[in-house]
Amino acid sequence: MRFVFKTSYDADISLFKHRAQAVWYGLLLLLVLATPLYFVAIGDAYLLGEITGILILAIAGMGLMLLTGHTGLPSLGHATFMAFGCYLNINLLGAGVPWLIAFPLSGLIAGGLGTMIALPVLRLHGVYLALATLAMSMLTSDFVVIAEPWTGGIAGAAVPDINIFGMEINRYSTPYKFYYLVLFVAILIVWFYRNLLRTPTGRSFTAVRDSEISARAMGINLTRTKAMSFFLSATAAGLAGALFGHSAGYVTNETFDLVMSITLLLMIVIGGLGFIHGAFFGAIVVGIIPVAIANGRTFLSTTFDVNINVPGLESALFAFILICFILFEPMGLYGRWLKIRTYFELFPFYRKDMFKRQKSYLKTDRVQ
Amino acid sequence: MSLLEIDNVTLRFGGLVAVDNVSLRVNEGEVFALVGPNGAGKSTIFNLISRFYDPAEGRIRFDGKDLLKHTADQVPSFGIARTFQNIELFEQATVLQNLLVGRHRHRKTGMLSNIVFSPKAYREELRHREAVEEVIEFLNLQPYRDKMIGGLPYGVRKVVELGRALASEPKLLLLDEPASGLSVEETQDMAFWIEDIQTQMGISVMMVEHDMGLVSAVSGRVMALSDGKELATGTAAEVQSHPAVIEAYLGTGEISKTGTSRA
Repeated sequence: MRFVFKTSYDADISLFKHRAQAVWYGLLLLLVLATPLYFVAIGDAYLLGEITGILILAIAGMGLMLLTGHTGLPSLGHATFMAFGCYLNINLLGAGVPWLIAFPLSGLIAGGLGTMIALPVLRLHGVYLALATLAMSMLTSDFVVIAEPWTGGIAGAAVPDINIFGMEINRYSTPYKFYYLVLFVAILIVWFYRNLLRTPTGRSFTAVRDSEISARAMGINLTRTKAMSFFLSATAAGLAGALFGHSAGYVTNETFDLVMSITLLLMIVIGGLGFIHGAFFGAIVVGIIPVAIANGRTFLSTTFDVNINVPGLESALFAFILICFILFEPMGLYGRWLKIRTYFELFPFYRKDMFKRQKSYLKTDRVQ
Repeated sequence: MSLLEIDNVTLRFGGLVAVDNVSLRVNEGEVFALVGPNGAGKSTIFNLISRFYDPAEGRIRFDGKDLLKHTADQVPSFGIARTFQNIELFEQATVLQNLLVGRHRHRKTGMLSNIVFSPKAYREELRHREAVEEVIEFLNLQPYRDKMIGGLPYGVRKVVELGRALASEPKLLLLDEPASGLSVEETQDMAFWIEDIQTQMGISVMMVEHDMGLVSAVSGRVMALSDGKELATGTAAEVQSHPAVIEAYLGTGEISKTGTSRA
């Protein structure tokens, strides 16, 4: 078991709890930086594209995690903010704005639009807020059709390539550059997120999540805090949407549909609500399942000559996994990892109820 | 001059008069206790001061400023901190994080400098940690410093809530039943802390409490309430021997002919 002796206030503020942890995250960084080398060696970048897709999902997941996991506001409409980000990016690029400006700007405008939508619905709590955002999500594809001049409507719109000071980045022709670009954005957002959580703004978010009444009694303005969380959350989703557009190459009114919103929510629940890690774990699960199913199908048909063509197999599998998590591991994959780690750290003193929660997760659900 | 002035405040919930024309003064450096049977309106007065409720009539002034012109989340900025009858801590956070939220009114950095963790935000964090560390030291919370609230025993949570209120460096501390559910030893600790808060930190305390032992040990003045009305104000001994207070707690001794009795 490790005892961390804190000898300065910095020990509580620093990004890593102790040196070993910093070393592990350093190794992880090296690993993700070196990953493309493997694909260069085998000369096939298909799986790298999938990994890039996982990173993009994780960025969107972090956005939703901030809102749902850390501020306690469920949203079933985050694909809408991704759509905002994506189409804004396309239009800004189309208007000749350089990518380095168009990309962050499309995120920020998506955040602003998100806040404008959020302000009236923020008076709602729990399941009512979820329903309001669900309605927003359902309207998105219609809105994309109506706004045809900007979105291409049903026919769809092609997403221009990224151009950074003359360096062309395209998902297919330069997959390695695209991977590093997305990785950079993801790491930057993780850093912002971590900073937020160790400063007053992030603490006010978790305060609102855990007890609105005492957050107010501590001087936290509920509407402002929730709007701020919505803004940051929608900004991250918008950035993810813009990257998603570059990754897909072509977007239509069906790209950012309700299923995507629900998948995002599933993702963070499976990964572990309230942890940044949860967004990544969830994105990995969501990213791997379709690949695993496709590979499994090929394996079955080539080896055993068994062909499984069940429509909706993926959705059913997602639903099954989600139900299992809610029943057996409400803290998600990251929570399970924490429990395993604690078990070994404290061996043989681990108690079964160490992670037991006293109250329901979303306190906003309670009638006040 | 009085720190807190409540003048002729009335609050109605529909037909029920929860607080009926109550006036009181809390002076600087004093411990003022509200006692009374359940439903007397003690906690309601706290919620009025916290601006969770709007009074129908009357005024509430703090430090010469009209509190009724401000919203609930602005009240702490005047230097009023409170605890709750049913502990309202942030469950999914550690003791340290809970106390740091208490420092919210002292923050000087905004969202942007927080996100990039500017040097200013860093220095501010250090200051907050220092202030919180003093509270931890004062309340002997070191063993629980990094523990999640969800796993702490009731008595410790009570102390953490007091700590969170203290971390905001208030002028007036509102304690809603600080000793309820505490053991005899824990209640004694609480009494010592309240005394220290008053004498060493110079913070005025207003508390709602049923434990008359604690009330007589620490309070200067006591006000007894029943059915939202003031019964008596004075020292603990005076209030306890006041006929109206005895009647409110024990009844008149006459059997009511209509068969209804006062709660």
